[in-house]
Amino acid sequence: MSINRRQISRRSILAGAAALGLTSTLAACGGSDDEDSGESSGPVKLTYWSWAPNMEKVAAIWNKKNPDITVTVSKQGSGAEILTKVITAKKAGNAPDLIQAEYQSLPTLVSNDVLADISKYVGDAKGEFAAGLWDMVTLGTDAVYGVPQDSGPLMFYYREDLFKEHGLSVPKTWTEFAETARAAKKALPDAYLTTFSSNDPGLFAGLTQQAGAKWWTVDGDGKWTVGIDDAASQKVAEFWGGLVQEGVIDNQPMYTPAWNNALNTGTHIGWVSAVWAPGVLVSAAPKTEGKWRMAPLPQWKAGDNVTGSWGGSSTGVSTDSKNAEAAAKFAHWINTDPQALAALVKEVGIYPAATSGQSGDVLTTPAFFPNQKDFYTTAAEIAATTATAAWGPNVQTAYTAFNDGFGKATKAKKEAQFTSALSTMQSKTFDDMKEQGFEVTEA
Amino acid sequence: MTSAPLKGSDRVTVGPLADGTGTAKSVRPSRPRRRGRGRSAPYWFLTPTLVLFAAFTVVPIGYAIWLSLHKVQVKGIGLGKGAREQVWNGFGNYTDVLHDSEFGHSVLRAFGYGLIVIPTMLGLALLFALMLDTPKARSAPFTRLMIFLPYAVPGIIAALMWGFLYLPAVSPFYYLLDKFGLPQPDLFDGGNLYLSFANIAVWGGTGFNMIVIYTALRAIPPDIYEAARIDGASNFKIALRIKIPIVMPSLVLTFFFSVIATLQVFTEPMALKPLTNSLPSTWSPLMAIYDSAFLKSDIYGASATAVVLALATYLVSFTLLRVSDRYTREDRA
Repeated sequence: MSINRRQISRRSILAGAAALGLTSTLAACGGSDDEDSGESSGPVKLTYWSWAPNMEKVAAIWNKKNPDITVTVSKQGSGAEILTKVITAKKAGNAPDLIQAEYQSLPTLVSNDVLADISKYVGDAKGEFAAGLWDMVTLGTDAVYGVPQDSGPLMFYYREDLFKEHGLSVPKTWTEFAETARAAKKALPDAYLTTFSSNDPGLFAGLTQQAGAKWWTVDGDGKWTVGIDDAASQKVAEFWGGLVQEGVIDNQPMYTPAWNNALNTGTHIGWVSAVWAPGVLVSAAPKTEGKWRMAPLPQWKAGDNVTGSWGGSSTGVSTDSKNAEAAAKFAHWINTDPQALAALVKEVGIYPAATSGQSGDVLTTPAFFPNQKDFYTTAAEIAATTATAAWGPNVQTAYTAFNDGFGKATKAKKEAQFTSALSTMQSKTFDDMKEQGFEVTEA
Repeated sequence: MTSAPLKGSDRVTVGPLADGTGTAKSVRPSRPRRRGRGRSAPYWFLTPTLVLFAAFTVVPIGYAIWLSLHKVQVKGIGLGKGAREQVWNGFGNYTDVLHDSEFGHSVLRAFGYGLIVIPTMLGLALLFALMLDTPKARSAPFTRLMIFLPYAVPGIIAALMWGFLYLPAVSPFYYLLDKFGLPQPDLFDGGNLYLSFANIAVWGGTGFNMIVIYTALRAIPPDIYEAARIDGASNFKIALRIKIPIVMPSLVLTFFFSVIATLQVFTEPMALKPLTNSLPSTWSPLMAIYDSAFLKSDIYGASATAVVLALATYLVSFTLLRVSDRYTREDRA
């Protein structure tokens, strides 16, 4: 990188900043217009920040039915991007009315006073969701900070053809999973059952949830406990570290061209992933259509029936919204109304969080899995067993510590480093909370 | 590079001013009054620049400094309204930055990277410029364009493209290495990582620096060469004894820019990070700032780090300028 390119990029950033400044001023003007006319006359105007594709099509259905409440979708970046942007907008006093928020971001958003408690508007929606999901939007309090939208229960995907060809059995427990990994390595020396990715803390978090980990908890006195390095998480770290050290599980990160290639050419013959995996496989491994099959996640104890989750989000209402009630009404509608759920599945391609959305003829067999007609029936059964995830106000700090610590460990292929990376993750997360001033202890 | 377009834009603002004095000629008699008005005129012409400069440079920098002296204090459980309060932190963030070993390592990494990039890139740029400037050079405009072309590729795209070429599973180079049974190095491992990044920077930056040096070479009056040749100097000697000393200011300039670019390396490691386990989130100083501002949402600490980096860059630049200034002065004496 030479300086001049840096210059140019700095200039374009400046231009971008100027444009942003302008749009935010314009948005501010729009906001004050609403203030003048909003409540008394004319339709209520709501803005909705979301990163999901085609969300505006679902909002259009609402707008047609509710001429007095108009929702405008504004497309945002996902993950940490929308999080930082929303927190900044809140500081400036012009956060959007509605926000798509990942479950793990909820405590961060609530801690920054971005999300409003909408329990009085949507409290009675509790029964429409699995208990594990609903607990994530209440943060274990009496408040409700969002309505669950989609969920990502973990499942095990495998290449049915290759498993048959090499006489591999579909693992029901993690012990069997390890055996299958070894058998696969023996049958196909160039291939791996799957990989342990240091770039995907969300998957690791989901796996520890299945084992019973509670990374962040709040007690009645308003004190946080950080338990990332608890026995359950240690068990998961040791398990995967052992397999990587043994050389039967690959150590390359996911979502790279190399990983796509491995899935496409059959050098990875399985994938621990979530219900949305078919959508990823379509683009990552187009040559393998009809060759995959989904099974429940292996269990720690034979006969158990529990899974964790990877991803998923909710719809929250911001504290800056002047029309919180209307916004909450929309948040409830989009995530529970049959027509809205159907549109979410069809247009946005999500797996709905509402129990009623998980059955019925909206969810048709994924085109990539023509061999598994009961895909969504099985998925709904698995989704019902999702363990509650316990998120805290500094998930990103923990995630970065995961990337760095487990990055080194997977590269070294040493089990001992997996467990020490976990304790580093714990101490970094704890120290960060303590420094910020949270009342916090370690498990 | 910075100074060249700046001069250009100055000229643009000067243009209308010149027109103004042109029309002034016809109304000469009222000279004293006009002089009073004329005095404020430059400021009016400067206003747009100054306003924009203030709004997009001075104010943001001031805000960053103000932020860097504060921090957020969370109370109790830290949820809901009034859970967070912005409080004065004095130089707390700064002592944190200076004691942060991760940031220290990121600076060292940047210097290590610079030690590879700068000599290679400027060496190649000088070599190419000198070769293009020799009378025997054939199809020089085409070659010049080819060497310059990578610079036109946006940094992020260059980084992604090289990333593909570095990954054994998808790289055609590894395919060939495999076919011929040659060793296949891991380009994301340890020291190789620096070479991998340096390669991208050299590939992208050489062309630009070559153009800067080449332009300086073209400005040398040819009679100097004639004189040298009459004195029996070979092409090599002319390059070594005449061309290089004369283009020294351009070399200093490109070196100076490259040092700053090194301290600000961001695109390549950021684009390649998802492809490998070997890149910590704080590999380079700017990545450390990005990490605390946009992932950990700690804009206070990030501002302090940014101010420290800016001061360090300023210090390095200033020292370099002083040294080069002294050098050129001694040269003259």
